[in-house]
Amino acid sequence: MVETANANPNVEHGHSAQPGDEGSRRDFIHIAAIATVGVGAVATVWPFIDQMNPSADTLALASVEYDLSKVLVGSTASIKWRGKPVFVRHRTPKEIAEAVADDHAPMREPAADASRHKPGKAEWLVLIGVCTHLGCVPNLGGTYGGWLCPCHGSVYDTAGRIRAGPAPLNLFLPDYEFLTPTKVKIG
Amino acid sequence: MSGHSTYEPKTGFERWLDVRLPIVRLGYDSLIDYPTPKNLNYWWTFGGILAFCLGVQIISGVVLAMHYVPNSAMAFNSVEAIMRDVNFGWMLRYIHANGASMFFLAVYIHISRGLYYGSYKAPREVLWLLGCVIYLLMMATAFMGYVLPWGQMSFYGAVVITNLFSALDSVIPGLGTMITTWLWGGFAVDNATLNRFFALHYLLPFMIAGVVGLHIWALHVPGNNNPTGVAVKSKEDTVPFHPYYTVKDGFAVICFTIMFAWFVFFAPNALAHADNYIPANPLQTPAHIVPEWYFLPFYAMLRAVPDKLLGVMTMFGAIAVLFAVPWLDTSKVRSMRYRPAARTFFLIFLAVTLILGWCGSKEPDDVVIATGHDIAGDPTGLSVTVFSRFLALYYYGYFLAVLPLLGFFEKAKPVPETISSPVLSAHGHGVAMPAGAAAEASKKG
Amino acid sequence: MLRHALRGALLGVGVAGLLLSATSATAKSKWEEAQHPGFSFEGPLGKFDQGALQRGFKIYSEVCSSCHSMNLVYYRNLAQPGGPFYNPKYPNPNDSPYAKAIAADVKVPDIDQDTGDAIQRPATPADHFRNPWPNEAAARASNGGALPPDLSVISKAREDGPNYIFSLTSGYPPSPPKGLTVPAGKYYNPYFPGDLSSFWSGPKDKVPKGGFIAMPFQLTPNRVTYDDGTKATTYQEAHDVATFLDWASDPKQEERKQTGLAVMIYLLVFAGVVYGSYRAIWRNVAH
Repeated sequence: MVETANANPNVEHGHSAQPGDEGSRRDFIHIAAIATVGVGAVATVWPFIDQMNPSADTLALASVEYDLSKVLVGSTASIKWRGKPVFVRHRTPKEIAEAVADDHAPMREPAADASRHKPGKAEWLVLIGVCTHLGCVPNLGGTYGGWLCPCHGSVYDTAGRIRAGPAPLNLFLPDYEFLTPTKVKIG
Repeated sequence: MSGHSTYEPKTGFERWLDVRLPIVRLGYDSLIDYPTPKNLNYWWTFGGILAFCLGVQIISGVVLAMHYVPNSAMAFNSVEAIMRDVNFGWMLRYIHANGASMFFLAVYIHISRGLYYGSYKAPREVLWLLGCVIYLLMMATAFMGYVLPWGQMSFYGAVVITNLFSALDSVIPGLGTMITTWLWGGFAVDNATLNRFFALHYLLPFMIAGVVGLHIWALHVPGNNNPTGVAVKSKEDTVPFHPYYTVKDGFAVICFTIMFAWFVFFAPNALAHADNYIPANPLQTPAHIVPEWYFLPFYAMLRAVPDKLLGVMTMFGAIAVLFAVPWLDTSKVRSMRYRPAARTFFLIFLAVTLILGWCGSKEPDDVVIATGHDIAGDPTGLSVTVFSRFLALYYYGYFLAVLPLLGFFEKAKPVPETISSPVLSAHGHGVAMPAGAAAEASKKG
Repeated sequence: MLRHALRGALLGVGVAGLLLSATSATAKSKWEEAQHPGFSFEGPLGKFDQGALQRGFKIYSEVCSSCHSMNLVYYRNLAQPGGPFYNPKYPNPNDSPYAKAIAADVKVPDIDQDTGDAIQRPATPADHFRNPWPNEAAARASNGGALPPDLSVISKAREDGPNYIFSLTSGYPPSPPKGLTVPAGKYYNPYFPGDLSSFWSGPKDKVPKGGFIAMPFQLTPNRVTYDDGTKATTYQEAHDVATFLDWASDPKQEERKQTGLAVMIYLLVFAGVVYGSYRAIWRNVAH
């Protein structure tokens, strides 16, 4: 076969004129076409992004109910909620007193103990058991009688407030409510 | 990718990059300034449509793999969960499932276009062979993908196709059994089979994409064929790919997408089988199993032959023969536009292949032409199996007898000297076709 | 050019004619074609009738659910957009009082997290429909060896789904044809796939269409009392339960069709604009 000729768009073709060298009405149709492509592309991309958001079955499991009567004084239960642990701590009067006593101590994120539990339910501490540093699960322990994160040594007190180490914030509180005096609904 | 490049770097960065990695030059030469015959018709847009299909399948497939579970206990329910619970999951899954059908529809048109216009002839044999490799990879990918939902059709499709290899037992006793056991990873199609098919189904599309790159490379060296089959002679015969063919291919892709979208949104299961919404049950085969529509002609050929090994060979041979087409066709004229006899044989070939597909969808004992009735009142006569035999004969005859012999006996019509001349004559009174131009053109080709 | 087109058209007509004549000549069907009662959700713009969905759910829960599971359908699905109990006041189906109340009336098996005992607890919207059987063996044992199929996707899993369900559930004849030996524990249904020739003592060319099904006729008139006062005829019950099962098979059907309408309008506009652009670019090229 004969070598193909190299057409140069800048060279006049036999019968063809260059597109775009016409009036604005001709240009308009190209701009409209490109704009339509853009609209379509944006609308098409969304389903491909949104599919990675939580699906309906994941959202359906977003709240759990928990019977507190199983948690004895001085012990802590871990429940799985949205794939993460929730600490339910049945605090002793001593632990409550320690936490209240420290309300005005210097802290990274100052918070009164009363803001860490539901009114009149000081013995029940419900926290999301995820270190606010980089997401590890703290263990019971540490110098403040609360939790110590095994990853980078963040120390939390008996109200879940950050007292030492690299974590910037106190342990988060989940949305929860008491359905009965011994039953909470988390989420 | 070939010939002299007209790319001129405009900015400093482009100049800097051009001596280090001339990727902009590559893109410019192959997608913008690539000289393309100006007389390509809409049959030529299917190359672009196929690239679009491959992109759609890869993107939707990767996304589906984020939710799919390749485990025989959970696969069926995970596909249903995608369609019920995942955001837009129903859309993604229906795009992917119908996209396979659209892909095959486009590839069959693309192959038929190549056969009709002689696009496989010198100097485009490698281009054609690479296309055949892509088609083979597509079939393997589609087959393994169809297994993944783990419905009844998925399961028995996998059983039947893998058992094709057991035909080798009649060549070397034990060989076929050894191969099927190896394919299954067990003594039957089961979890291990599903798992490996998923892995391969994910891998193969990227191999297809690689071969598509070679296919485009092999296209850009000799350049496009065109409806006249006459080689490009001068700049007057071509236009730059962009914007002329980007906009034409783009328009074709949009029209194709309208049909595609119709299936996805309004008839998403029209091309599927109801039985595949029944979870796989190794203890019971559905009453009537058929492959997806795009395999039906080959399935009909498999059933047309009463011997197991010969049937399997007939089926695979029907695909293998495509690889030999560049050397089977002896005609000096490329395009069947100037080969009236060949065109008639070709159109019959297309019809035969379609009817073979119809035969594949029927049950083997169904009657095509009734000549009487049996005692139960059912018609008797020419059965689908026997009818398929005649059709398969024509299918093979077209490649093995018609194409090789016709080149010697047919009388071709005069071929225009250049691409531009039929255009001129069509638009007005123009240029008489010089006699013997056909032979001349082919000497150059 | 015209001659080519003519020849192509002739060939096409020939092929089509051959296919048509071939189709008509194939073996006759061994069971009845499904009836077409007409459903509101048919066609590209069809929608589910919420009243029919609610009535159909009532049939499922009071009749079908004693034998048939629906393991892929969750109580929350009932209150999702397009569902039988969707109410725009409760966009989150998990918080819908309808889904919660319906679920709470059902006891589902669970494991007590403290003792490990098997218990029955009230269902929540996150639970799937209660399975009437603890396992497949129990289901078969109670049904003469036949397994009542799960109905989650039954409408997609049968050819011509809703019409088939309607015809099957309402199409039991008052008595089987004379000359047909019906095995114990089986029932004759003309719409159920099967081959009855070996059970037939009549003339060979008059074998009744249909098959034997392990499910007896269920949808007797007034089998349920509809809350909206609709008269519960067999026809109405079959129509409603087919609607409900089709929704359950394809709960995103309405969303799909509405999205499709928007996509189609967009694509047609898109095609028009790009065609204009194409014409403008190719205007001066003879080709």
